Amino acid sequence: MPAPRIDLPQGTLDLLILRTLALESMHGWAISERIHQVSSKVLQVQQGSLYPALHRLERRGWIKAHWGTSENNRRAKYYELTKTGRQHLEAEQDDWKKLAGAVARVLGTA
Amino acid sequence: MLSDLFIRLRGLFQRKAVEGELDEEMRFHYDQLVEKLLQSGLPVTEAHRRASLEFGGFEQVKEECRDARGTLFLETLLQDIRYSLRMLRKSPGFAVVATLTLTLAIGANTALFSVVNGVLLNPLPYPHPEQLVTIHESKPNFDTGSISYPNFLDWQKDNRTLSSMAVARSFSFSLTGLGQAESVPAQFVTSDFFPILGVKPVAGRLFLRADDQIGAAPVALISAGFWKRKFGSVPDVVGKNLTLNGMDYSVIGVIPSEFDLSLGAFSPSDIYVPVVQWNNNLLFSRGAGLGFHGVGRLRPGTTIEQARTDLARVTQNLAAAYPDVNKGVGASLIPFKKSMVGGVETFLLVLLCSVGFVLLIACVNIANLLLARSSGRSREFAVRTALGAGKSRLIRQLMTESVLLGVAGGTLGLLLAKWGTRVALNALPATLPRAGEIGIDFRVLLFTGAIALLAGILFGLVPAVKISRTNLQAGLKEGGRAASASRHRAHGVLAVAEIALTLVLLIGAGLMVRSLIRLWNVDPGFNPRNVLTFGVSLSPSLLKSNPAAIRAAFREVNAAINATPGVQSTSMSWGAIPMGGDDEWLFWLEGQAKPSTRNEMNWAIEYVVDPDYLKVMEIPLRSGRFLTAQDDERSSPVVVVDDVLAHEYFPKESPVGKHLFLETGDRTVLAEIVGVVGHVKQWGLDTDDTQPLRAQLYFSFMQLPDPVMALAPVGMGAVLRTRGPVPGIYDSIRHTLQQLNSQEVVYGGQTMEEVISASIASQRFSMILLGSFAGLALLLSSMGIYGVISYLVGQQTREIGIRMALGAQRSDVLRMVLGKGAFMALLGAAIGLAAAFGLTRLMVGMLYGVSATDPVTFVLVALLLMGIALAACYFPARRATKVDPVIALRYE
Repeated sequence: MPAPRIDLPQGTLDLLILRTLALESMHGWAISERIHQVSSKVLQVQQGSLYPALHRLERRGWIKAHWGTSENNRRAKYYELTKTGRQHLEAEQDDWKKLAGAVARVLGTA
Repeated sequence: MLSDLFIRLRGLFQRKAVEGELDEEMRFHYDQLVEKLLQSGLPVTEAHRRASLEFGGFEQVKEECRDARGTLFLETLLQDIRYSLRMLRKSPGFAVVATLTLTLAIGANTALFSVVNGVLLNPLPYPHPEQLVTIHESKPNFDTGSISYPNFLDWQKDNRTLSSMAVARSFSFSLTGLGQAESVPAQFVTSDFFPILGVKPVAGRLFLRADDQIGAAPVALISAGFWKRKFGSVPDVVGKNLTLNGMDYSVIGVIPSEFDLSLGAFSPSDIYVPVVQWNNNLLFSRGAGLGFHGVGRLRPGTTIEQARTDLARVTQNLAAAYPDVNKGVGASLIPFKKSMVGGVETFLLVLLCSVGFVLLIACVNIANLLLARSSGRSREFAVRTALGAGKSRLIRQLMTESVLLGVAGGTLGLLLAKWGTRVALNALPATLPRAGEIGIDFRVLLFTGAIALLAGILFGLVPAVKISRTNLQAGLKEGGRAASASRHRAHGVLAVAEIALTLVLLIGAGLMVRSLIRLWNVDPGFNPRNVLTFGVSLSPSLLKSNPAAIRAAFREVNAAINATPGVQSTSMSWGAIPMGGDDEWLFWLEGQAKPSTRNEMNWAIEYVVDPDYLKVMEIPLRSGRFLTAQDDERSSPVVVVDDVLAHEYFPKESPVGKHLFLETGDRTVLAEIVGVVGHVKQWGLDTDDTQPLRAQLYFSFMQLPDPVMALAPVGMGAVLRTRGPVPGIYDSIRHTLQQLNSQEVVYGGQTMEEVISASIASQRFSMILLGSFAGLALLLSSMGIYGVISYLVGQQTREIGIRMALGAQRSDVLRMVLGKGAFMALLGAAIGLAAAFGLTRLMVGMLYGVSATDPVTFVLVALLLMGIALAACYFPARRATKVDPVIALRYE
């Protein structure tokens, strides 16, 4: 299963997590699986980065956690987007699109 | 952000729960991973292996999550504290010395601050204390004279700026018919007195305006203490009868025991009586002050300036209406707090300053110790740096250690202060106002906390700064042997600072010692040794009998005292008593026109005494004769003056044979001057010379005009001289007079030496305190110098060894080490002298007969300190001479 790995630029992981959580609340495992699938298996989020990021986002108040029951009936920690998290996501998303477009244009002309 | 704080706090206080959740979250992820791998067809063991591999270590992830959640400063602090405690435990000697030093210094600071706090800083314990003022009558050359009662009544009626005012005057009553006859301290007050101060009675009621009216029924308020002592605190005390000076008063209420105002002559008393009950024919004489002083409450929103202007208007009107007695008379208003504590402000601040110096010295000492320790610890720091600790982390560690010491010292110091303040207050002169309000409150706690932290930071800073400058890796290489010049300089600077600080304190103490020696050597003008003074009240029934009977009774008392074994001579004493109460008469010289107003007359302190008074007090007779037994009610009045009066009014001729008109009570007496005696320091050893009113005269007791004699049976004084010390003489006098008449009361016995000693109690107290601070400072700084020199010698063992190997003599080594010490001592002394020169002027008000920059004190104390500093260097220096070159060179 090893997939091609790309190092995520600083701050991008946060954006990915927030985007993933924008659809529904989910636990850490589901988040990493979702990012993996949606990125066509290009992005594999390491646990060592995922969980610290989740805890950091929680501390910032962009996501909040609650304990729920997973698909296989186990207690799992679910994260959901908060109002400020959603606002932040929208702002960041726009920035990212601008940045990505700009970078693509620069690379295209080179 | 709120979520941020919440999460951090949760991490700190619900550590277990948070850890559990973290663990569960990781476990869940791991299990899902294993599950996924199993589904892809891997065997169980292989799935676990791969999952573990991919997960990359639970603990690291968890640690990173913890970091992400953020940690509180508090948590690293706790770590630092745990480490510091471990380090301190490893060197218990250092920890104990440092903590003890700090305990002493912080304890002394806390104790003194709690005094300053209670006396100077805390608001007065009365409602709206800022509205309270004291009121006095100002005369042309005296600002705070006593108010005549008629003037007071007019001020009270005519002013528009005070919501209420009252006067009070102390007195003592002969209490009879309630157990053994006794003299009880009392105060005459007007009805607004207690309401102004917000006093509420614990039983009954306070005085009303109606009680101030002439002819009102005699009523009295009693203190809670008196209520307990005499009536066993029975609830139905209201309406009980008190026989005071032979007159019946009915008790109307009880003043609570919390009322403890001491202000001027006012002190909490057993009995309070309305002023109009005073059987004194001068009470309504507008020219007679009679010792009344006032308190008042400003109307809300009125400033003291407005009130002063207002009363100036009132007193000007009165001066126009009664020019003969009120010309030049005004009212002076002083903020209540200033009246209460103004006199001790300098005294307390000087003490607080000096105790602050002690703390500084203690800090310097500990800084020195820490510095020496940190040199020894450079290897430890180097290792920690190598393991990844940054400089800031190391400095924080050092600061934590020192602050920890500060906090330990502060906590113990607080306990010491709580105990020490009690001890100090008992030793304090009784004159310290508001002593009852001194205690440890929130502000004191804050102060102690602040100085403990500050002290910790202060002495922690020195080694920390040094660390920030040094190359720590070098420490690892040299194995702690580094001995750079800068390191020695830091030690030297600290030792010099200590010497300088100590010198300032020692000079302060030295100046107090010299003042006190000067004071003790001041000739009071009489011989206080073996002299006893006390009060006498005859049977109150005599108040109603004729003057002849009163004189007979006093002759009887005089004879009885004289006949008591051990008594050499005795005299009744009315009016002034040296360094006790003062009383003045007005006079003018024969041949002058009678001055039209009282303020144009001359004042003299008057002593109304018996012929033996001169023998009792051993006052020297300068010329003429003293009073004799023949100067009695049947002969023409005579007067004896002191040399101050003689010089002032008869500068060119002998006063003997001249006549004076004396205003005694409401009579004018023409008296012949028959003699001149030496001046007595009525106003105390220290201030008498500078008082404006010093002229004194002696009048024969038996020649007092009859209306004045009628007042004498209660509140008379007496003095006696014994042949050598006679223990128990006071009790035998009491016994003798009780035998004579069971209604006679003897009270307030005090030896004249006690009176003098009490008059300089505050100077003595300052000397003791300053002296002990200076002693403590001396001890600390000589320890400090000793420590520094020992350390330097230790560091230089190698150098000394080389020098000796190259042929240096032991005396050379001794000279080298002592030279270093002498240099530090000299430098410190020079700085200390300069600082003392600037600082001791704060003490001017506390000194007597020495200037604040007294060269003798400065030089002697500096020499003494340098001597002690050199002695402290001598022992380590001698150790240096014992260095064996071979061992020294092999060493390290």
